[in-house]
Amino acid sequence: YRGWCLQNARCYSVNHLSVQERIEKKRKAALTGGGQLRIAAQHKRGKLTARERLELLLDPDSFVEYDMFVEHRCSDFGMEADHNKYPGDSVVTGQGRINGRLVYVFSQDFTVFGGSLSGAHAQKVCKVMDQAMMVGAPVIGLNDSGGARIQEGVESLAGYADIFLRNVMASGVVPQISLIMGPCAGGAVYSPALTDFTFMVKDTSYLFITGPDVVKSVTNEDVTQEELGGAKTHTTVSGVAHRAFENDVDALLNLRDFFNFLPLSNKDPAPVTECHDPRDRPVPGLDTIVPFESTKAYDMLDIVHGVLDEREFFEIMPNYAKNIVVGFARMNGRTVGIVGNQPKVASGCLDVNSSVKGARFVRFCDAFNIPIITFVDVPGFLPGTAQEYGGIIRHGAKLLYAFAEATVPKITVITRKAYGGAYDVMSSKHLRGDVNYAWPSAEVAVMGAKGAVQIIFRGKENQAEAEAEYVEKFANPFPAAVRGFVDDIIQPSTTRKRLCRDLEVLASKKQTNPWKKHANIPL
Amino acid sequence: MAAYRNTPGFQRVLHAVKHVCFSKQRCGVIICRYSTVYDPNEKVSLIIRVIKTCKKMGIKTVAVHSDVDSSAVHVKVADEAVCVGPAPTSKSYLNMDAIMNAIKQTGAQAVHPGYGFLSENKEFAKRLAAEGVTFIGPDTHAIQAMGDKIESKLIAKAAKVNTIPGFDGVVKDAEEAVKIAGEIGYPVMIKASAGGGGKGMRIAWNDEETREGFRFSSQEALSSFGDDRLLIEKFIDNPRHIEIQVLADKHGDALWLNERECSIQRRNQKVVEEAPSTFLDPDTRRAMGEQAVSLANAVKYSSAGTVEFLVDSKKNFYFLEMNTRLQVEHPITECITGLDLVQQMIRIAKGYKLQHKQSDIPINGWAVESRVYAEDPYKSFGLPSIGRLSQYQEPLDLPNVRVDSGIQEGSDISIYYDPMISKLVTYGKTREEALKKMEDALDNYVIRGVTHNIPLLREIIVHPRFVSGDISTKFLPEVYPDGFKGHMLTAGERRELLATAAALYVAAQLRSQKFLGDLRVSVVPAESRQWELCVELDKGVHMLGVSRSGNNYTVEIDGEKVEVSGEWNLASALLPITINGKHRTLQCLLRTAAGEISLQYLGTSFKLRVLSNLAASLSKHMPEKVPEDTSSILRSPMPGSVVAVSVKPGDNVAEGQEICVIEAMKMQNSMTAAKTAKVKSVHCKAGDTVGEGDLLVELE
Repeated sequence: YRGWCLQNARCYSVNHLSVQERIEKKRKAALTGGGQLRIAAQHKRGKLTARERLELLLDPDSFVEYDMFVEHRCSDFGMEADHNKYPGDSVVTGQGRINGRLVYVFSQDFTVFGGSLSGAHAQKVCKVMDQAMMVGAPVIGLNDSGGARIQEGVESLAGYADIFLRNVMASGVVPQISLIMGPCAGGAVYSPALTDFTFMVKDTSYLFITGPDVVKSVTNEDVTQEELGGAKTHTTVSGVAHRAFENDVDALLNLRDFFNFLPLSNKDPAPVTECHDPRDRPVPGLDTIVPFESTKAYDMLDIVHGVLDEREFFEIMPNYAKNIVVGFARMNGRTVGIVGNQPKVASGCLDVNSSVKGARFVRFCDAFNIPIITFVDVPGFLPGTAQEYGGIIRHGAKLLYAFAEATVPKITVITRKAYGGAYDVMSSKHLRGDVNYAWPSAEVAVMGAKGAVQIIFRGKENQAEAEAEYVEKFANPFPAAVRGFVDDIIQPSTTRKRLCRDLEVLASKKQTNPWKKHANIPL
Repeated sequence: MAAYRNTPGFQRVLHAVKHVCFSKQRCGVIICRYSTVYDPNEKVSLIIRVIKTCKKMGIKTVAVHSDVDSSAVHVKVADEAVCVGPAPTSKSYLNMDAIMNAIKQTGAQAVHPGYGFLSENKEFAKRLAAEGVTFIGPDTHAIQAMGDKIESKLIAKAAKVNTIPGFDGVVKDAEEAVKIAGEIGYPVMIKASAGGGGKGMRIAWNDEETREGFRFSSQEALSSFGDDRLLIEKFIDNPRHIEIQVLADKHGDALWLNERECSIQRRNQKVVEEAPSTFLDPDTRRAMGEQAVSLANAVKYSSAGTVEFLVDSKKNFYFLEMNTRLQVEHPITECITGLDLVQQMIRIAKGYKLQHKQSDIPINGWAVESRVYAEDPYKSFGLPSIGRLSQYQEPLDLPNVRVDSGIQEGSDISIYYDPMISKLVTYGKTREEALKKMEDALDNYVIRGVTHNIPLLREIIVHPRFVSGDISTKFLPEVYPDGFKGHMLTAGERRELLATAAALYVAAQLRSQKFLGDLRVSVVPAESRQWELCVELDKGVHMLGVSRSGNNYTVEIDGEKVEVSGEWNLASALLPITINGKHRTLQCLLRTAAGEISLQYLGTSFKLRVLSNLAASLSKHMPEKVPEDTSSILRSPMPGSVVAVSVKPGDNVAEGQEICVIEAMKMQNSMTAAKTAKVKSVHCKAGDTVGEGDLLVELE
């Protein structure tokens, strides 16, 4: 029967090849992408090919490829020629597993037309995104593309829009992660921007709306690709990217690690992994970490590391708006989101950038059932014209909004200062904090003693005495504790034990916000 | 407080000694103006040590502290604590009124002064006497006499103690130093009259070195002791440092409690000590002991003290100095004699006669002490490092291990203090047993957050020369002429290390596939799997095959099989495993998602990278990151302060020329140019505080 089939097929074959042979040939062509020369060039740039990247990202033998036979449909500018057709076109798509958990992936192939986006390319990407949303699994995009397929014109632009729409539809439904592993310019940048996390590879990836040449012609600025949109720029200055990795291999291995923190969809619980760190482990170092003088800085990461499982913290945006620390970790094996003011940088005050950084992170956690633990040491919002003109009111409101609307378990630990409006903002009891703790070193007050005394006792002599009185009255956890605004004052070294216990209790927390079409966060 | 002062049984139980411990620590900049240089960690550990004995004797203790020390360890372990003022020492620990008040307020009946501070203050002694409060320690006369090297040498000579040939007086200037050196004969040692602990000490082999040594020593002496008087003596080449512990009461009786050998030193500071010494025969021991006792008698010494000797290869011994305090290494004497020296000091202070006769003093077994420092042993056998002890775990669950420390998890090690973390003491029936225990103790000692010298300690105690007792104060420079480089792995050890890293990697990979209660995870057929791994270590790349059965891993490396098994607890700092049937404790210092694994193995930390074969083969396409050219950049090798900068931009410097001087922990280090070049820029000035790795000077 098979023989007949092959024979038959051979009769109809244009190139006198059997269908089976054509399948084999196409598959082989698809696997080599733009050909050995371009693969060698890709390697020479210090980059891996689209398929090598997927091989490294996914569990061995788990990749199931879709649309290997899709080809572009452009017939202008000689594109219809056979040698300009590549099976699969400039992107590899499909699904696979990371540590056994389902993930949908697309990996742009720079060796085929510079990874440029054709209608077919976009269609392939949309297909995996649609299915990911249907079954409830994250989408990881590995971006390495020169931009639109210019030969295809509006077809290519339509393709981008199709992807953008799906990015928006999938937002809050399944986690979406972009890893920029080469150029990503023009309209293309908005897909990563719409996803939940954008990671970059140092020295080999760029993100910008317009490249250095256009910048030069329009604004007459001289700027290199790296300065304009390299990993350093986006992880330290613009805040566009959430983290950067040394190279492709490093980035992909870290991405596997990161993936383990995430639930598969908004209907799935945050994952719980096997934990070797005792849940009730005391952390003696925390009893002495907060300095005696309230003006002295300390490193909030010391507290965070001490409390978490195995001191393991996947920090998000570690080099941007460093006055707030956010990231993922585990408590007794359960994924949690950590938010903490960083007294080491700008006294840990809230400003425009840190508010936005914190707000976006909190909203991600809330969307994906990840409990939020907040460590508070905040002297207030940063004063000054730069901040006011920059819209600190509008941006600060984002963080307030994000904490207030979140319905996931919220636990707060006030380690030292919780002053003024910033106290309210930082996941306070008043914003439906489930468990709010204060350390003995906590000071919950409208402002610091000095400022308060200048107002309350204006013109009075003996300011020092008044200050001492104020400190005695307010610079401690009691005013908040007697009102029930903190649930308990705890010994710092017991923090881990408390948090693990509370998280277990709160795992079944159910809370809903009133029905609405969508909320209106002050963007 | 008042409560137990009125308890009727109180006086009866404790021979009326209530005990105030004075400490100074963690209180900003220390100005060392006293006869000895000490550090607060050591001080706190001493105070804790004293408190322990007091508890055993039923004596209540009171710790005094400044504002900022209220959470220090000694404050927690004492029965009571009294704050004597704000952080500056002049307002707290040196504030005599505040301390007298503390004594009155708590009804303390005795005072242990710690070192320095008020311990040598005659006025303080007088005020204590007026209040009828006992002072624990030798009296000020003896401290002063022995604290001054010139005076002590004269007294020693008079007491018929062997002394080193040298010049019995203060050297006026560099030229006089050269003249005297010529008379005594090279090599000579130049040292601070007020010195101790290796500070302000230089050895010179010729005239030029004498001049330079004189300059450095006087600067160091001035900054460390506030006294730049120097003296010169014959330098005994290749000597051993052996000291005798003495105990003397107020009735003119004195005992010697055998010796401690402290020859393993770096920059004249002790690193590893042991008691007894492998070198002394009973006759020499007795001769040294008797001279030590006669010196103690000569100064009417009471309390515990130490007489230090240099011993040459022919067992000639020379008096070096007498330490009038309880020394860091006192625990090893306690181990072999069974005496509690603090208890003896308290008894003596109360005026009791000595409990023991010389013939009662035994040598039971062997004790070894390692000084664990927050130092980078790869730089000059130990340059200070700083940081916060993010994890800290002493190996106290091992038998016959004692750790005296004054720090805890979360403590900060800063540039203002001598960086001692602890004294680690092990004891055994034989020297071999004590050393084996020390190996285990070092392997099980968890210190994270600061660089420490455990790699060096671990290497010293297993070195064939040390094991055979063939040591001198030159041990380190002789054994490691090019500096300490860490443990050199044998082929077998290398395989063990690689196998452990591979097994740890697989254990971690397997765990990351375990999700509890998640039904949407596909089952990975892990049990049947083999792993093909590529492990990098020191630029060497190894292909490994790993197979697993439960917690046992078989790792094949270059045709050889290594069996590794253990609990594989990925949260624990310690990694106790069995390799080819041998028990080992490793420590996992780092494990990243990208396959980097740092393991502490045989004391030294090794960086490895474990990758799947696939990841390894793809890694070769990764661009190499260009490292910074360091020959034209001078960075601070340690945290400290800049004493002097001798160049300015535009100057031409020759290779080896001094560029600036950095001081840390009262040690001055001359920084020199790595090549002949023009100075491009200077990033520091005298008086600056710099961190490790900070840019100091750039050359063109």
